[in-house]
Amino acid sequence: MFATLARNSDQIFILLRDWLLAFLPMMLRPYVSVLLSVVVIVCFFPALFALTVIFERKGLGRIQNRLGPNRVGPYGLLQPIADGIKSLTKEDIVPTTANGFVHFLAPVVLVVAVFMGFAVLPMGRNMVLVDMDCGLLFYFAMGASTELAVFMAGWSSRNKYSLLGAMRAVAQMISYEVILLLSGLAVVMITGSLSLPKIVEAQNHYSYGLPHWYIFTPWGLAGFVMYAIAATAETNRSPFDLPEGESELVAGYHTEYSGFKFALFFLGEYLAMFSISGLGATLFLGGWSAPFSFLTWVPSWIWFFSKLMLSIFVFIWMRGTLPRLRQDQLMNFAWKFVLPFTLFNLMVTALWRFMGDGWLRWAVCSALVAAAYVLMARVSMRRERFAPRSYRYAE
Amino acid sequence: MTPLTAHLLVAALLFAIGLAGALTRRNAILVLIGIELMLNAANLNFIAFWRYSPHPEALTGMMFAIFSIAVAAAEAAVGLGLVIAIHRHLHSTDLDHMNRMKG
Amino acid sequence: MSFVFWIIAAITLGGALTAVVLKNTVHCALALTAAFLGLALLFLGLDAQFAGFAEILVYVGAVAILVVFAILLTRGSETPKGSVYSRYSVVGLIAAAAVFAVLGWAVLQSAHSFPNEQAVPSATAQQIGIALVGRYVLPLEILALLLTIATIGAVIVALHEKEETNG
Repeated sequence: MFATLARNSDQIFILLRDWLLAFLPMMLRPYVSVLLSVVVIVCFFPALFALTVIFERKGLGRIQNRLGPNRVGPYGLLQPIADGIKSLTKEDIVPTTANGFVHFLAPVVLVVAVFMGFAVLPMGRNMVLVDMDCGLLFYFAMGASTELAVFMAGWSSRNKYSLLGAMRAVAQMISYEVILLLSGLAVVMITGSLSLPKIVEAQNHYSYGLPHWYIFTPWGLAGFVMYAIAATAETNRSPFDLPEGESELVAGYHTEYSGFKFALFFLGEYLAMFSISGLGATLFLGGWSAPFSFLTWVPSWIWFFSKLMLSIFVFIWMRGTLPRLRQDQLMNFAWKFVLPFTLFNLMVTALWRFMGDGWLRWAVCSALVAAAYVLMARVSMRRERFAPRSYRYAE
Repeated sequence: MTPLTAHLLVAALLFAIGLAGALTRRNAILVLIGIELMLNAANLNFIAFWRYSPHPEALTGMMFAIFSIAVAAAEAAVGLGLVIAIHRHLHSTDLDHMNRMKG
Repeated sequence: MSFVFWIIAAITLGGALTAVVLKNTVHCALALTAAFLGLALLFLGLDAQFAGFAEILVYVGAVAILVVFAILLTRGSETPKGSVYSRYSVVGLIAAAAVFAVLGWAVLQSAHSFPNEQAVPSATAQQIGIALVGRYVLPLEILALLLTIATIGAVIVALHEKEETNG
């Protein structure tokens, strides 16, 4: 009886959907099913965004030894409602020399591209919107589309700060996207499939009660750390948030946006954070699988969203703690350390795949990853610290 | 009109538009845009023929298209690098000004 | 032919036409992105999912951004004085129209002998991977070499030479 309760609560959304679809004629069912799932995603993630906004502001406040918003509602929990009303009622100012059409389209393109990414994330057992054969490739293709939206926003505003912020953001996003792809590729190599539900299935096994998540392997840990760095840079979060640094560039590429369009940019950034955390959880943290084999009775979607919120918490923690990286330091870091390390990690993954199961591959791969880290990070990056400062003036 | 014929006609029109762009515009970058359109039209042809061919499991058309996409990206990078280098020298991207070997 | 196909074809051709006609170069680049998206949708309609997503990833995510960067680095976003069409543009138009006429005639004339299998082929990523390292391994390796050379070459060509400092 307990098993059926666990199974039903695990599949509760699927059962709900099937029950609702039973009222419709056979012909309409596939369309309404997809429509229903899309509506749920479009309503749920912005609600999660509202929750995360207050979570972030209170969390940042506490890290910075202050309280955070606490006026609206108990402990400030209704602050997102106040923010929503404010952004909807603010005047929508468009500069006269701005390129009207592109200026209008940029936040729309950003939000659409980010929402598309949610279509392939497996949020629970059997709970993926579209089980595509090339799911991971689709996700990265949608991620690549967001870069163009950022550029459109910065260029159409006819503002030096916007353009500069947009160019920096695009350069950063392109650099770290390669790293994102390569860390994901290691997972694809081991699983043998680009389909995200299959990647989660491959991690859903337990030995001695411990799960087979990829983060618990040497190449998986290295890959996850590189993925986390690249994810922070892709979504322009601190410490990689120079393109939108408030103290640097007014507000970067969304300087000239006010009211609802700015809210759309804000929404787009947080949704990108959710979707990239969701992907990280799927690739490395086992997606919807439980951490221990005796905890599999907890519904799978609870595990997925816990891992997602844990990643969001780490993002907020990093924002409050680490100082911002300068643009050239950030690009240096990407091309000179993270990318070579990720390529080496790919080779270590291949070695892991072809060595037989046993303690030898653990020892060899861990030694290789540790040696590569020490060599690449500690030794070769050291010379950057004491080079004499050189000045290049703009001409 | 079969689907294959429709796709081939769309590809032919796309190719002609790309060719017109490459031949009529002054800006060197727009010529490169025209070239990219032409390459994409050829890709569409390959994929259309692959889809409706009697042996699609050989994946020939798909492979050709994938390689073509990769090569086109490399060629766009080199071409745009060249345009930037020329602009640095002549301070213009106008193709009508690039009619001398000197300088 | 299905209604959806004509809409996607209209987007692609409209985007391409806009890309070669407009005055402002950045607008042309954005219209080109629309054309690439339309093409990716056409690929998806032809059951070539890998090619469609690779097209978005490479063209929209990389080539379009390259074009935009090149436009900005060469001051192309200022509206040009004078015409944007070169002196001999009419000849170019006639040549393009002639090419389309010949291609269209060739397609329509031989349409009766085209194959028309309706069965949906399966081109899973696994099959593509096996083909890439099996039958097509030589082109793959040459492509890798070509991409490396192109990257290095593009960087060297576009590199800003540092001026020699005195003393």
